[in-house]
Amino acid sequence: MKKYTDQGKKDTRSGFGAGLTELGRKNNKVVALCADLIGSLKMDTFMAENPDRFFQVGIAEANMMGIAAGLTIGGYIPFTGTFANFSTGRVYDQIRQSIAYSHKNVKICASHAGLTLGEDGATHQILEDIGLMKMLPGMTVINTCDFNQTKAATLAIAEHHGPVYLRFGRPKVPNFTPENQSFEIGKALVLQEGTDVTIAATGHLVWEALVAAENLNNQGISAEVLNIHTIKPLDEETLLQSVAKTGCIVSAEEHNYLGGLGESISRTLSRHNPTPQEFIATQDTFGESGTPAQLMEKYGLNNKAIEEAVLQVLKRKA
Amino acid sequence: MPEKHPLQDLVTQTRRDIVRMVHKVNSGHPGGSLGCTEFFIALYHEILEIKTNFDMDGIGEDLFFLSNGHISPVYYSTLARRGYFPVDELNTFRLINSRLQGHPTTHEGLPGVRIASGSLGQGMSVAIGAALAKRLNKDPHLVYSLHGDGELQEGQNWEAIMFAAAKKVDNLIATVDLNGQQIDGPTEEVMSLGNVRAKFEAFGWDVQEIKEGNNLEAILEGMRKAKQHTGKGKPVCVLLETVMGNGVDFMMHTHAWHGKAPNDEQLEIALAQNPETIGDY
Repeated sequence: MKKYTDQGKKDTRSGFGAGLTELGRKNNKVVALCADLIGSLKMDTFMAENPDRFFQVGIAEANMMGIAAGLTIGGYIPFTGTFANFSTGRVYDQIRQSIAYSHKNVKICASHAGLTLGEDGATHQILEDIGLMKMLPGMTVINTCDFNQTKAATLAIAEHHGPVYLRFGRPKVPNFTPENQSFEIGKALVLQEGTDVTIAATGHLVWEALVAAENLNNQGISAEVLNIHTIKPLDEETLLQSVAKTGCIVSAEEHNYLGGLGESISRTLSRHNPTPQEFIATQDTFGESGTPAQLMEKYGLNNKAIEEAVLQVLKRKA
Repeated sequence: MPEKHPLQDLVTQTRRDIVRMVHKVNSGHPGGSLGCTEFFIALYHEILEIKTNFDMDGIGEDLFFLSNGHISPVYYSTLARRGYFPVDELNTFRLINSRLQGHPTTHEGLPGVRIASGSLGQGMSVAIGAALAKRLNKDPHLVYSLHGDGELQEGQNWEAIMFAAAKKVDNLIATVDLNGQQIDGPTEEVMSLGNVRAKFEAFGWDVQEIKEGNNLEAILEGMRKAKQHTGKGKPVCVLLETVMGNGVDFMMHTHAWHGKAPNDEQLEIALAQNPETIGDY
């Protein structure tokens, strides 16, 4: 097995901030907008270094999305920053009409996604955003797994023409992918090769999947781990190659099982290679206050839950 | 560039286009379109500094954004007759496989359109964004936008109005079509807007008024004056008082024709009141 080492826990939102800072220095077409959450989104450095290219819009997300759409007219590449809840559900129609349908080159960058936002509770813990965004024609949907990958993705989406939803989070999570890596939109990464089961994870559950795979290996079960950082477009080729070998799959994400990565995977498999699948995801519920670790435990989103799901899906294998 | 026609001839011809377009497909929004015809003709033929070849970024020219996208008939007729796309294409309004969708869109690649609109209340934010881009590009040209009065009931407008004043977006002229009507009835009854001028002024805008919003000379004078007020630290608002359905007597002064097409007989009456000038499409 490959060995992955946590280089020290870091928040993915800081990876976004680091990427945005670098973009500010090397791409003068990149502009950024924030709705009164500069500190939370780690946009401080970009703002300080590029005051002309930074727009504080106040607590007015709908206006922010419209202004971002307008800024593309004239050749700019706007990055909007607010919490995932206010980046999607609150402004769905603005994104739909002024950005997606209008083909505007806006990067919607969303922090504090999912339960692990923690103590603020369900009002802020959106678990439906991947579904909302992936349903919009032409929208690219990315959910990165750690600091380094979030930084790499932030740099990569500036080079991609078209609307992008980039999802990351608040808590510090293991940082285990290489520094200064390249990021290929739509290309899943095989982190661990295995033969008995595929674990397809996105976001910080990729680390949980790696931990689960190691524990399973100790029990004699060989798990293949995929890092599906891009949910749309989904890397169907890598997915199908993996299940052709393993014959069963567990999807893992910090999102409702309705509308998330797991659903995209099952749609692909049902068309090309029907495969037993278990879903590590929230079960059509809202969240609640708690620490990230408590919430991941209670809602079944950690490596233990992944292990149990693997044992379940193995029983269903033909 | 199409040959130059007297503005009034263009107005009359555009009115014919509007009623013919909505009649053909028995759908669309003639009332607001007719009310804004003089404004569109004045804007596109005298006020806007525009390049002949359309490109999306629009650097080095004035930009116009239509926020109340349902008045697409007047927009399409104006764009076509200004040379953005063939006038014959007006035949395809609201038909399957057309670039002339019910509400304007960039999705089908129609020259002249830079943003989709129709879901109301979004255009001012977009216009502000484009104005900020002009500022970053050191492009001295202006951004114009048009909004329905009923549309101001959408809250996003007030976010945008607050932003534009706070951030001194003074290369923007946002015009509000004050026709006092919306689908369900007079704006005053559906949801009174109160004193629109006072509201914009309270938010920090420079407000200009065009009392005769269906009079070409009054529009030209008012818009030229509005232009002189740009670049002074405040966004500029023009309150354009129009009559919904203007130029077709039975459609005037009522909300009844907001989103209703004339029948064959009504079309003939409307066309008789607006004889052909520069040629039907």
